[in-house]
Amino acid sequence: MTQANKNKRLHAVNLADNQNSHCPTEGEVHNPGTPFNADWLQTIRVNLSAIQRRCGTLTNRRAIKKDWQAAWLLKAISCIDLTTLSGQDTPGKVRRLCAKAKMPISPSLQRQLEIESLGITTGAVCVYHEMVETAVQALKGTSIPVAAVSTGFPAGLSSFATRLQEIKDSVAAGATEIDIVITRAHVLNGHWSQLYDEIKQCKAACGDVHMKTIISTGELSTMNNVAKASMVAMMAGSDFIKTSTGMESKNASLHVSLVMMRMIRHYHDLTGYRVGFKPAGGISTAKDAINYLVLVKEELGDSWLNPEMFRFGASSLLADIERQLEHHVTGRYSANHRHPMG
Amino acid sequence: MAIAEILTTMNYGPAPESVDKVKAWLAEHEQHFDLFINGAWAKTQGEESDFNSDNPATGELLAKVTQASKNDVDAAVEAASIAQPKWRALSNHQRAKYLYAIARILQKRSREFAVLESLDNGKPIRESRDIDIPLVARHFYHHAGWGQLLDSEYGDYESLGIIGQIVPWNFPLLMAAWKIAPALAAGNCVVLKPAEYTSLTALMLAEVFVEASLPEGVVNIVTGDGRVGEMIVAHEKINKIAFTGSTDVGRIIREKTAGSGKKLTLELGGKSPFMVFDDADQDSAVEGVVDAIWFNQGQVCCAGSRLLVQEGIAESFLTKLKARMEKLIVGDPLDKNTDIGAIIDKSQQARITAIVEQSVNEGADIWQPAACITQIENNQQGCFYPPTLLTNVETSNLAATTEIFGPVLSVMTFREQGEAVALANNSCYGLAASVWSENINRALDVAPQIKAGVIWINTTNQFDAACGFGGYKESGMGREGGSEGMLEYLKPTELLVLQTNKASSANKIIADGKTGSVASEKAFANIDRTAKHYINGKQARADGGTTVEVCSSSGELLGRVGEGNRKDIRNAVEAAYKSQSWSQSNGHLRAQIIYYLAENLSYRKDEFCQRLVQISGADLPQAEAEFESAIEKLFTFAAWADKFEGSVHQPPIKGVALAMKEPVGIIGIGISAESPLLALVSKMAAAIAMGNRVIIVPELTTSLIATDLYQVIETSDIPAGVVNIVTGDKDALIKVMAEHQQVDSVWYHGSVEGGKSIEFASAANLKRTWNSAGKVYNWMSAVTDKALLNHACETKNIWIPYGDI
Repeated sequence: MTQANKNKRLHAVNLADNQNSHCPTEGEVHNPGTPFNADWLQTIRVNLSAIQRRCGTLTNRRAIKKDWQAAWLLKAISCIDLTTLSGQDTPGKVRRLCAKAKMPISPSLQRQLEIESLGITTGAVCVYHEMVETAVQALKGTSIPVAAVSTGFPAGLSSFATRLQEIKDSVAAGATEIDIVITRAHVLNGHWSQLYDEIKQCKAACGDVHMKTIISTGELSTMNNVAKASMVAMMAGSDFIKTSTGMESKNASLHVSLVMMRMIRHYHDLTGYRVGFKPAGGISTAKDAINYLVLVKEELGDSWLNPEMFRFGASSLLADIERQLEHHVTGRYSANHRHPMG
Repeated sequence: MAIAEILTTMNYGPAPESVDKVKAWLAEHEQHFDLFINGAWAKTQGEESDFNSDNPATGELLAKVTQASKNDVDAAVEAASIAQPKWRALSNHQRAKYLYAIARILQKRSREFAVLESLDNGKPIRESRDIDIPLVARHFYHHAGWGQLLDSEYGDYESLGIIGQIVPWNFPLLMAAWKIAPALAAGNCVVLKPAEYTSLTALMLAEVFVEASLPEGVVNIVTGDGRVGEMIVAHEKINKIAFTGSTDVGRIIREKTAGSGKKLTLELGGKSPFMVFDDADQDSAVEGVVDAIWFNQGQVCCAGSRLLVQEGIAESFLTKLKARMEKLIVGDPLDKNTDIGAIIDKSQQARITAIVEQSVNEGADIWQPAACITQIENNQQGCFYPPTLLTNVETSNLAATTEIFGPVLSVMTFREQGEAVALANNSCYGLAASVWSENINRALDVAPQIKAGVIWINTTNQFDAACGFGGYKESGMGREGGSEGMLEYLKPTELLVLQTNKASSANKIIADGKTGSVASEKAFANIDRTAKHYINGKQARADGGTTVEVCSSSGELLGRVGEGNRKDIRNAVEAAYKSQSWSQSNGHLRAQIIYYLAENLSYRKDEFCQRLVQISGADLPQAEAEFESAIEKLFTFAAWADKFEGSVHQPPIKGVALAMKEPVGIIGIGISAESPLLALVSKMAAAIAMGNRVIIVPELTTSLIATDLYQVIETSDIPAGVVNIVTGDKDALIKVMAEHQQVDSVWYHGSVEGGKSIEFASAANLKRTWNSAGKVYNWMSAVTDKALLNHACETKNIWIPYGDI
């Protein structure tokens, strides 16, 4: 077992102390997957307008103010997969990003918030394969994992053998988390067992490494497809399911997130296994981040409110949160240039 | 709490809405309010008597409010009656501008209104801020539009005059808006009484009227308890009562206004089903339940208080529901995180408690989330009740039948669609229903089968000014909102010029033994013919075995008809009840049958004209004219059978609301003696064209025309039970129908006293009535055609949100 997985199990124990009776906390964090079960897909029903109503009202049902808001924003930082996925990425850029991941908010701000002892970092750093070694090097001595996007990211249409090899290469380079993409055609054409087989092979290629499956919600057309793809990804052993690559024309939304979270809850009810959730793409404001966290708390429960079970895939979110935290401390609205860029 | 500590609990923390501005407003008024009469604050002209308006979440006094006296109500009505002609004389555009200004000012002061509403009523600020107040503004905007279009859309209609409006405490400002906006748009003036627990937002609204320079007297607000409501209901100068509240009070209002000529809209109680089929999105349906029964503490007339869930998914659904209930937050209504606020008053809290206890005694299992109970225990000074689930509720259980008006959900299961519909309709109420299924075929099949005024498919508790809202059965009568709601504040101009019925007073049963000539019977029949009742497609002898003589107005004996009694009516209603398939048949089929009836009748022109001459004293050309008119009316209503359609409303959602016209059901019809054939044919044809089944009772003196007609009916393919004819003492027989629980509506055309008696009796099951109030209708007018068709239909609004991407 890798260190990452040991950590996960440790965390599961800690969570058990702090569980609410109504939260689905029972069960393993690690998801070994299940055999393909078509019945579980056939009973899935998602009503879009009801999903929209839930999301539309939820953000007004819950308000988080003052110290609570600061705390929730710090929680959000700890759940960020600080990401750079650009053709222009260089080792220099990645090292700067890693430095930011280690110290996401300035020591003075930490002092004023009285949280220095917590050692808050982002949840992970997320890069392309070529940048994995640089990132691992830069994060040496910390427990911040390096995540690599993989399997022909973002379209996922390179040869399947190439995709599997890509996973193995990134794991060999030191990535402890792999974000894979799926063959959208299998979803659009309803070839669920093929989708299952592919993801399962990816999982095997990952070995003990943490696998996040990007289902690319913006390219799946319907909410029912989003729900079914989520369920297949979990059956195939994904540790996390993730909304988007960030490259689709439609980004993550509360709507697709609600659908995916409900599938996670349903899968947990069916199997006892707990799967994590990662919305990614377009989440750039502190207010967005809080809305997602509220959704997680309400739909999945407090035991999902931690980086082991929840991540944001984001690049610019952190900067907005830093500004909000500074405002919280000083009472003055902040400016981007006052915070070290990542 | 330290930030580091919050990070471990991840609680929401407090998020109080500021009440400072509203407290300052109350202080400005020295926490005391007079009445709002003739555009200004008015001290009571009766004995000084104030009552407290308290915050139910804290028990704190918000303000003292004036108990209006009889003199005050008189003054308010007087102000309205002076204002009304001037208000009506304004141009549409001028009235529209006032309504628009009211909407704008409401929006500008929306937060104040929301905070005041939550303080006074105890509802969560999220609801008053996001639901009540935006809908209030929306209602004034929408009706500013109807005001603008009044002449072009309602050219054949006239304002009613002065409207007495009595609104409840559950949506104080919203219900006031629902009442005031359409009344004003239609050119009426208003005397409004808010509920005594919650007068304050209506009084703040008075300030909006002043700011909008609304002419004085157009809206008058009198505060106080039920006694003030009684004064309004009894006031002779008030032309219409619009009431929202309990079914019991609605019944009393129906009785008190019987025969007064007041138009009535009653929006009453409910026990609305929330139906979850096994092909529903269960997680979303769980969220729907939250919106259905835990909205406004369940103090909602259309609350989805009966969960009907398909047996196969019941266990998983209830597990999900309980998990969701654990997340509900009960407490301070002014905290933005509160889901469930305070119950309006200790008396309501005690009533909820008593019903729940009784339900448990009768075998129900109770479940309440532990977290909510703790939250309530920590808030002793307020008036709260936890969200409650009652399972194992059988149909006979109190919680299955009684409106609890609190956060209590009764759960029942069903096996299949037919049983679901039967359970849904197994209620005296019929306000709303929510249907959850991802199968559009099923959802659109179930919706028309539910006897309720509003059906929400895969959603619940959606409201909009453009969509009619109102009940079937004992949930009330009339609609609020949309074009159907506007009609409730108008009357056909033609009604203003109707003549008073004279013949009805001449209706006398000739005592047995009186001799008369039967010569005229021989004029067209050599063999003696016995006129019977016509029930269930067959000629039926009167149950009592007796007949009654029918004489012409000159006293000449024309023949005998069956002397109907209660049991004949019972049998006829039974037959009508069984012919439900007629109500489900299509308009084309019904049109064909009515055309066929016209065809068959036209072959017997000579015979019917002679009969008309004989019974009505008309000369032959007049009789022929009436006969031709009757044939024409059959064509008219055959024509409408597949054309008097509903509409598609466009509420601000992605979706539509279908305003479907549905048959009322079983209609008892009394026919007066004027134009006996034309009146009979018009009412019967309009009713059956829209899919109703009818029991017709003709005026005795002209009943032979009805008994002649059944021979034509028999040969015209009208299914058994759709048209039934009972002869005898019209007023007595109609009254039996007015009292009959299975009859949905009574159309009474006859004497003033008869009409009053029918309206009074109808209160038993709050059936619809159409009382001619002694007037004679012009059956050849197109306006009357529309009136007939409107009385023959209920409007059901089916909300259908859609979208899959």
